Amino acid sequence: MELALAKPVKSASNWYIHLFFTLICLFMIIPFVLVIAVSLTSENSLLHDGYRFIPKELSLEAYRIVLKSPEIWLKSYGVTIAITVVGTATSLLFTTLTAYPMSRRDFRYHRPLTFYIFFTLLFNGGTIPFYILMTQYLHLKNSILALIIPLLMNPFNIIIMKSYLDKMSVEIIESAKIDGSSEFRIFYRIILPLSTPALATLSLFISFAYWNDWFNALLFIDDNKYVPLQLLLVRILSQIEFLANSPLAETASKLQFANFPTLSVRMAMALVAGGPMMVMFPFFQKYFIKGITVGSLKN
Amino acid sequence: MTTSQPFRKRRLLQEFKHLRKNRELLLLAMPGFLFELVIAYLPMIGLILAFKYFRYDQGILGSKWVGLKNFEFLFKSQDAIRIIRNTLLYNMTYIVLGTLAALVLSIMLYEVSGRMVKVYQTTLFLPYFISLVLVGYITYAFLEHKSGYLNRLLQDIGLSPHKWYFETTPWLVILPLVAVWKSVGFSTLIYYAGIVGINTDYYEAAKLDGASRLQMIFRITLPLLKPLIIVVFILGLGNIFRGDFGLHYFVPNNAGANLATTDVIDTYVYRALSKLGDINSGAAVGFLQSVVGLITIVSANAAVRRIDEENALF
Repeated sequence: MELALAKPVKSASNWYIHLFFTLICLFMIIPFVLVIAVSLTSENSLLHDGYRFIPKELSLEAYRIVLKSPEIWLKSYGVTIAITVVGTATSLLFTTLTAYPMSRRDFRYHRPLTFYIFFTLLFNGGTIPFYILMTQYLHLKNSILALIIPLLMNPFNIIIMKSYLDKMSVEIIESAKIDGSSEFRIFYRIILPLSTPALATLSLFISFAYWNDWFNALLFIDDNKYVPLQLLLVRILSQIEFLANSPLAETASKLQFANFPTLSVRMAMALVAGGPMMVMFPFFQKYFIKGITVGSLKN
Repeated sequence: MTTSQPFRKRRLLQEFKHLRKNRELLLLAMPGFLFELVIAYLPMIGLILAFKYFRYDQGILGSKWVGLKNFEFLFKSQDAIRIIRNTLLYNMTYIVLGTLAALVLSIMLYEVSGRMVKVYQTTLFLPYFISLVLVGYITYAFLEHKSGYLNRLLQDIGLSPHKWYFETTPWLVILPLVAVWKSVGFSTLIYYAGIVGINTDYYEAAKLDGASRLQMIFRITLPLLKPLIIVVFILGLGNIFRGDFGLHYFVPNNAGANLATTDVIDTYVYRALSKLGDINSGAAVGFLQSVVGLITIVSANAAVRRIDEENALF
């Protein structure tokens, strides 16, 4: 954080700002606390007392139910982890490969290439043509590729990477060239190692995009084989909703349904699916400011 | 024209030389170039679907032209006004509220020094890192009719509970609140990075002149942040015709009863597609979104350029 050092000296009597931020932070965290509390409350207590921040009757029943059918969860976890790992690695490669020539001022086509990428931010075909391309022409319906491909090249990420690389000194590249290195070698031996902070930031953003993606799953996945966690959450939510509201459920499954701790299970599932990302991301925090400099997004 | 023939030939030859000289870097850019060509540029051809009657067996190019027929429903139905109005007003609200909140937070963040900055940042960022599906679950914990926290709270203080998912007006507050809650951490960080990048000499000079904190904020920080604010604003404007599907689908729980105030273009298209299989109206709406988005962004940029060339995005 060399950037932080550049700050002017500030007085320590900022207690009211700290108070303000404490309130804001509470506002950010409290919703999560409620979800955790509900997931740990017994169903009876929930029906009686409603959702409370401090559970009246603690119970791990919800988690027991969630983990009772591990096959579904394991499969979805597998799909999500697979697309996150493969997607992030591939996306990083594509992003850097594209951003690097964009950042080289002596590359004759750096401007057209930049415009080519930037234009996709401003204009696109929209959902339906993309859906038709993916399903009718590339035949990717119910394929794990349909979960990886759409997020592979995010113009924002490319521009972030480009503006990071823009600041790299030209001399290093020049001297490597004089030593007879090929562009591939320069990219691999010099550019990649020097971009670690940017790569770390981007890998966080990209992996989070893959982990949390539900839209492409909603569009392209019907097959139970490739249901990622988020789609599983969507499906379970609508299923519970369906059971709770459908008159059909009254007779047959209502009995079963009555004993099914839906309220707490719901929140437990949310935590099981969303937890890993929330635990992981603070570790990347230190790279944030260095990595994101959208300020130099111009050009 | 014949006189320019040798000239053209020479230029072509020269360009070929350039290509040769840049071939390695071109090769590096090739995977991304080809990928975008297929994934981003090819679907742009699909925009003509807005003027066609799409049949799967005939493909995009083979389907029959129908003129403006696909747009008819937009101009005839009551839905159109509703979804367009909702999309525009919500997006404006998100842009304005989000920018204001992020500016206030980033300026305040810059005022505090030391270790706490990181703690605040991390906490602000937390909601950004969960999916909108989860945000839907969280909202549900608050708004559920019977046991939801909000209704219990209302009952505790002697007010009557609400059936939030069946009402319309509360969403005008709930959705912007959720939107800002989710995204403010990210925009705060962008502005904070911008403020940190400001040369500290300005502040020191101002301090010597006896400027107050507020004066420094209004005379130094905000003017110097202006380009950044404008860039974010223009990019936001480009999406003004695109509703946040996740936010408007999962947070109101896709409940039919609140559609009047929660439905946006994207949720409408999705419903048209998934429930009715109506690709044609969807394509027409998508066409409008893309074209209007481009027009908005280009004209916003032109307007900015006229006022202040420096700050234009392109």
